[in-house]
Amino acid sequence: MTLLSGNDTVVRQRINRKPSRIIASGLPWFIVMLGSLVPNWLLIASAPVLPPLGFLIFLAWRQVRPGLLPMWAGLPLGLFEDLFSGSPYGTAVLLWSLAAIVLNDVENRLPWRNFLTEWLVAIGLIVGYIVLCLGISNLAGASVPVRATMPQIVISVMCYPLVGRFVALMDRVRLTPFVDMR
Amino acid sequence: MAPPANRRSGFSRRAQYSTFFQYTAGVMGAVVGLGLLVVSIVNPDAFATLRSAAADLTESPAQAAAGTRHTARSFVEEIGGFFQSGRENARLRRELVEAKVRLVQAQATEAENKRLKQLLDLQEDEGQTIAYSRLVSSTGSSPRRFAILGAGSDRGVAKGMPVRSQMGLVGRVLEVGLSSARVLLITDTESVVPVRRSQDGVPAFAQGNGDGTIRIRLVNLGINPLRKGDVMVTSGSGGLYRPGTPLAIVTELLRDGAIARVLSNPSNTDYVVVERAWAPAPPPPPAAIEAGES
Repeated sequence: MTLLSGNDTVVRQRINRKPSRIIASGLPWFIVMLGSLVPNWLLIASAPVLPPLGFLIFLAWRQVRPGLLPMWAGLPLGLFEDLFSGSPYGTAVLLWSLAAIVLNDVENRLPWRNFLTEWLVAIGLIVGYIVLCLGISNLAGASVPVRATMPQIVISVMCYPLVGRFVALMDRVRLTPFVDMR
Repeated sequence: MAPPANRRSGFSRRAQYSTFFQYTAGVMGAVVGLGLLVVSIVNPDAFATLRSAAADLTESPAQAAAGTRHTARSFVEEIGGFFQSGRENARLRRELVEAKVRLVQAQATEAENKRLKQLLDLQEDEGQTIAYSRLVSSTGSSPRRFAILGAGSDRGVAKGMPVRSQMGLVGRVLEVGLSSARVLLITDTESVVPVRRSQDGVPAFAQGNGDGTIRIRLVNLGINPLRKGDVMVTSGSGGLYRPGTPLAIVTELLRDGAIARVLSNPSNTDYVVVERAWAPAPPPPPAAIEAGES
């Protein structure tokens, strides 16, 4: 009974409310930017171990809600990511834009989608992204062997479904009606 | 779920144009990225100002995060310490006795050193510390090893200054902003530090390996004199790093060098010290020597 009444209050809170327009359109951008900023604060890493969270969230938004972030979203979000990532400036702009195009194309070709295919497509893009980041860094003067990024690839691939869940949660938050309709 | 039907633009001109412009915008983004990339590879300092400004802006939340990071770590350590305290206590007592003996020996050596230096008329160059600060963030998801220091030109930090913790060398300052500075850690593959073995001064170079370890490359080829457990300290050749700063401990031997572990793991150090770039006394210019001779 308490459960039912609890539900009732939730419903009553939502009557005559609508989602905030700013949050509904701005939250995806904000979450991606947070994703490229916050992991850097967690630890002073002496090896590449943290997943590229900004890229994972960007991918997840494009998979959970295709078309919510426009195709050119890689440009501004990549510019932001590059400020903090440590790779040569422009890496994320290039790779995020390419990833958006590739993902769009793959989704147009795949007739059916489920958890496994989405994850497999994401794995391909994540591995490609990390290896290309390494290649570009090495082009710009570093000389990191590919095996150094193996832990990072494994961690990124494993935590991608979690990132997807988080993005789905944020999608619900984004569309929660709480602004009074007049 | 099958893809929604409205993904296909069909015969609608408007939908077709919209799809076309979407792709064009995406490709434009990639082209802009490629352009930026070429500029930053040709001229790595091109975006330094932009990066420094961004680091300055995010410095205060990063400082707060660094504070919590330390608290969280000590919390975990305290729980671990609770279970190991007995063993730890016994070990520490034993070490204290040994250390007391060594301290007396060291005091004697220090006194002798001072006396000998007075004889040679050498001057101590102490007081080279520029600033104490935290490493507030790092590039944990990139193949490069940079960290952001919570002090910038406002506290006198300048490009090229070495950064160390109480355990050993951490890196050197690469770019300086107003209230933050970018540090190249010694584990980065582009960081090369001239080192020597602490006991006898076998010269070598320490280069980052990219995976958190350090590659020691011997200067003199031939039989590899290194042993496991050797401590490498900076040699000070070429300036920049003060001689005698501990850097790494050898863990694995290779044919022409060794793999070493960093002594001052930057994630375990709370505060780091920025020192003035060390410069050995310059040799007298050749013109002066000639003038003196003539």
